Amino acid sequence: MRTVLYIIQKEFIQVFRNRMMVPIIFVVPLVQLIILVHAATFEMKNIRMAVIDLDMSGSSRKMISKFEGSPFYVIAQSTFSCQEAEKAMKKGDVDIILQIPRGFEKQLIRNEKSKVQLVIDAINGATAGLINAYSMMIILDFNRETLVDLVQPQMIANVKSINTNVNFWYNPKLNYKTYMVPGILVLLVTIISLLLSGMNIVREKEIGTIEQINVTPIRKIEFVAGKLIPFWILAMLELAFGLILGKILFNIPIIGSIWLIFLSASVFLMVILGFGLLVSTVTNTQQQAMLVSFFFMVIFILMSGLFTSIESMPDWAQMLDKLNPLAYFIRIMRMVMLKGSSFHDIRLPFYSLLVYALISISLAVRRYRKIS
Amino acid sequence: MAEEKENMIVVKELVKKFGNFVANDHLTFEVGKGEVFGFLGANGAGKTTAIRILCGLSYPTSGLVNVAGFDIYTERENIKRNIGYMSQRFSLYDDLTVYENIRFYAGIYGLSRNEIRERADILMQKLNLDEARNKLIRDIPLGWKQKLAFSVAIIHDPRIVFLDEPTGGVDPITRRNFWNLIFEASRNGITVFVTTHYMDEAEYCDRVSIMVDGRIVAMDKPAMLKEQYGVVNMNEVFLKLARVK
Repeated sequence: MRTVLYIIQKEFIQVFRNRMMVPIIFVVPLVQLIILVHAATFEMKNIRMAVIDLDMSGSSRKMISKFEGSPFYVIAQSTFSCQEAEKAMKKGDVDIILQIPRGFEKQLIRNEKSKVQLVIDAINGATAGLINAYSMMIILDFNRETLVDLVQPQMIANVKSINTNVNFWYNPKLNYKTYMVPGILVLLVTIISLLLSGMNIVREKEIGTIEQINVTPIRKIEFVAGKLIPFWILAMLELAFGLILGKILFNIPIIGSIWLIFLSASVFLMVILGFGLLVSTVTNTQQQAMLVSFFFMVIFILMSGLFTSIESMPDWAQMLDKLNPLAYFIRIMRMVMLKGSSFHDIRLPFYSLLVYALISISLAVRRYRKIS
Repeated sequence: MAEEKENMIVVKELVKKFGNFVANDHLTFEVGKGEVFGFLGANGAGKTTAIRILCGLSYPTSGLVNVAGFDIYTERENIKRNIGYMSQRFSLYDDLTVYENIRFYAGIYGLSRNEIRERADILMQKLNLDEARNKLIRDIPLGWKQKLAFSVAIIHDPRIVFLDEPTGGVDPITRRNFWNLIFEASRNGITVFVTTHYMDEAEYCDRVSIMVDGRIVAMDKPAMLKEQYGVVNMNEVFLKLARVK
């Protein structure tokens, strides 16, 4: 066991003697957290709208002011020409065109129904979908109010309206920062620990010191443990640091137990570090290790549910995601931080991670060869 | 010196193949306790391949190998407790200091904290490295590094030490100093197995073998070999043997 301590001591000296390392470990996450949380958001603000009001009636103006009054829309252009509005969209100056046809109000009164046209720039499909949803809500709202204004009161009495009241649980203000911070923290910790461990053993292969270790009676498990523990400690510190930053900078709520977060993180990190060391034992150069790590990292991250929802992936991809440790851990983090889930609630992803950790570490131990 | 009959290394019909290439072709030799055994040969003759097998870093294709009384196939970890190895590729950590390197390797061999401190002090005094104690390895001269690497390889008092071209790239005086360390280790009962292609170093060995193209073509005391081939130094012995193919 003492052998392990000497390896840990050596790894720590090497990490901190490397001048780039301290900034990489502590400054990079700070910068990334600030940039990513603000940039990687789905929140729609300042949707630029061009309005073609051909009706010029009270009703049309009321609809426009409904859009104007919403925090999401800015009337960027008001025109009577379709071409002009389209030109603005082509140039990228507006995101949505609202066209209110002539006779809008008249039809509304006479037939109790009328039409408006929405043209949405759908270069970014996800954004377009959101704009569409927001716009629909505003128009729906408009409908309800016009019904009151235009239709005779006695008819209203007969209309049995269903009043929908939408509540967003666990993130009542629909604050995307709250949603993104836990995920981005996971991302940062994953990248740092995977790269540190992935490059480590292979570096010793490149400089030749691994042979000197292989002629000693050291046991494989001691060697892997000695390599794993220092990075595990660093990554846990990094996570703590990131959580503190998230609290200070974004005031993210941590509703659940902080210990549960660290308990899950400790298991998750073993998965990633074991995987990194496995990469390190099967590759021969740092370059190979880097490429292999990146390959898996990109897949893990894009399929983690951080940027896109796992539920909307095709079935086969959802099955594949059962192998993605990141997906489990992001789920746990969000559940515990935002919902205050207890251990009982997260036991399934937690045990999955535990099994995964055992597999990845034992593979790393098996694949590390003292003899060629 | 090595008059005891106890053999530290016994190799019989050792073969190592890489595909069709035969790197070690039926090697057979024995090295006695406390002996300084020179394993000579040109570049690519198969010296490093053989030394890696003896250290348990590489599997032999066939043949019997016994090191320090242990079988290479089944008792490899026991062998490792009893040997030291200094590879031709430099094996100390560049970004650790002299003392940190000693502490690390001694620690891996399971020496106690007091033993480590004691041996590090003795070692640094002996090598005149006291003022370099806290210098990074990358900042000290090659000759010092090699002496240090050798001392680290025997920090755990092994019974045999394997040296793979330990003196590559240094001047004759530094090489001579290095050999003084080897003699001292040998006097302390450590068997020394050393590969080299410097023929002046071959003269320092108790016994040498000369390898050409994976086969051992001659093996004896340097004086006997010179007599046998009727030449005045090992260099000429080597040239005579290596030229005949």
